[in-house]
Amino acid sequence: MARAAGCPFDPPPKLRELQDEAPLVKVDVFGQSVWLVTRYDEQRRLMSDPRLSSDVTKPGYPNQQPVQLPKDDDGPGIGFILMDDPEHARLRRMVTAPFMIKRVEAMRPQVQKIVDDLIDDLLAGPKPVDLVQAFALPIPSLVICQLLGVPYEDHDFFQVNSSILLRTTETIEARNKARGNIGGYLHELMGDKLENPKDDLLSGLAERVRAGELSRKDAAGIGVLLLIAGHETTANMIALGTLALLEHPDQLAKLRDTDDPKLIASAVEELLRYLNITHNGRRRAILEDIEFDGQILKAGEGVIFPNDIANRDPEMFPEPDTLDLTRDARRHVAFGFGVHQCLGQPLARLELQVVYGTLYRRIPTLRRAIELDEVPFKHDGAVYGVYSLPVTW
Amino acid sequence: MKVIVDQDKCVASGQCVTAAMDVFDQRDEDGIVVLLTDTPPDELAVDVHQAAAVCPALAIVVED
Repeated sequence: MARAAGCPFDPPPKLRELQDEAPLVKVDVFGQSVWLVTRYDEQRRLMSDPRLSSDVTKPGYPNQQPVQLPKDDDGPGIGFILMDDPEHARLRRMVTAPFMIKRVEAMRPQVQKIVDDLIDDLLAGPKPVDLVQAFALPIPSLVICQLLGVPYEDHDFFQVNSSILLRTTETIEARNKARGNIGGYLHELMGDKLENPKDDLLSGLAERVRAGELSRKDAAGIGVLLLIAGHETTANMIALGTLALLEHPDQLAKLRDTDDPKLIASAVEELLRYLNITHNGRRRAILEDIEFDGQILKAGEGVIFPNDIANRDPEMFPEPDTLDLTRDARRHVAFGFGVHQCLGQPLARLELQVVYGTLYRRIPTLRRAIELDEVPFKHDGAVYGVYSLPVTW
Repeated sequence: MKVIVDQDKCVASGQCVTAAMDVFDQRDEDGIVVLLTDTPPDELAVDVHQAAAVCPALAIVVED
């Protein structure tokens, strides 16, 4: 579904029509008939239902391409994002500790320094400058590299391959190759962590491999997942969030004129809700018949949850299409809902709080250097955002 | 008000800690929820209900 021309921050109008029509509607996608869940309450209830599976090989899972999972000894594991419990929970719990609230909060000074240093570089450099390459991508890449123990000097390699992998208009061969490249890289890096463990997340996984709790293949798969999810998503929120604020100067002014951590945290939640960058919807397969509000959802059918339209459900968020940094948006589903909800959300929040709380105060005259309709939006991205954003001040 | 948590369901999203840090904490080894008090004072009711509402794993039950 396409967004409306001139409304780059809003979900496709067709989704709003379907939401008005019913909370669950049958639609045809990928040559199959699937349930589309359009409203907030119904999305939360179904996304937390264990009778829905994230396993792409299950009958009914909505898929663009026939599924070919990596074979044995053929690249990294798939990562727990596409697994069901109990294996999903077993693997996920191996990497939850570094994302605990207090451990993430302890990273605030180092994230602040990264942001401050990059703003120093911006101010000292030429303008206009592409905010994506000079600021939005480096911040989460530097942070996730430190956390995982990935050498930052390899950032061009993993950024380019991630970008191919997440571009839905690339061929499936190109996307698989990109994933294979990052997987091979992580597999090799895991070998290094096995030999020379350090105090980082990948070394923690290596320890599990040594202890026989985890295969090296699954460890590399988890590494791929965390490295990609750790930099692409937040980078898009930084650049797209900045653009959205520049288009809403009254809201931008609220951030520029405050150092109140509560208002900054509230702004982050509202921008997550409003922009909902994972705009392709979460997908699931139904494992057994579910009676749901008088309807039967049958085993073997597929379900898609477009979280972007749930976050614009007027029953939950009054005047949902208004960006209001002071509203209480904390119950949004931008990170999904249920056991697969984003693992890295505390880190994403920290990074966004530091960025949104710093950038516009330090560069109060920040503005677009091109027209809005010239901005290259990621309509074909698995994650929404902008490919570049020339800015000046 | 009585609070019950289910550590088996918990997925360590940590949102309960953000919502009500005087009531919820996380285990050092894996971030799984730890209840600091199962009978928090009434002035924390709004925060505790918020914590239950944002828990993605439905691992928090509040009995008023």
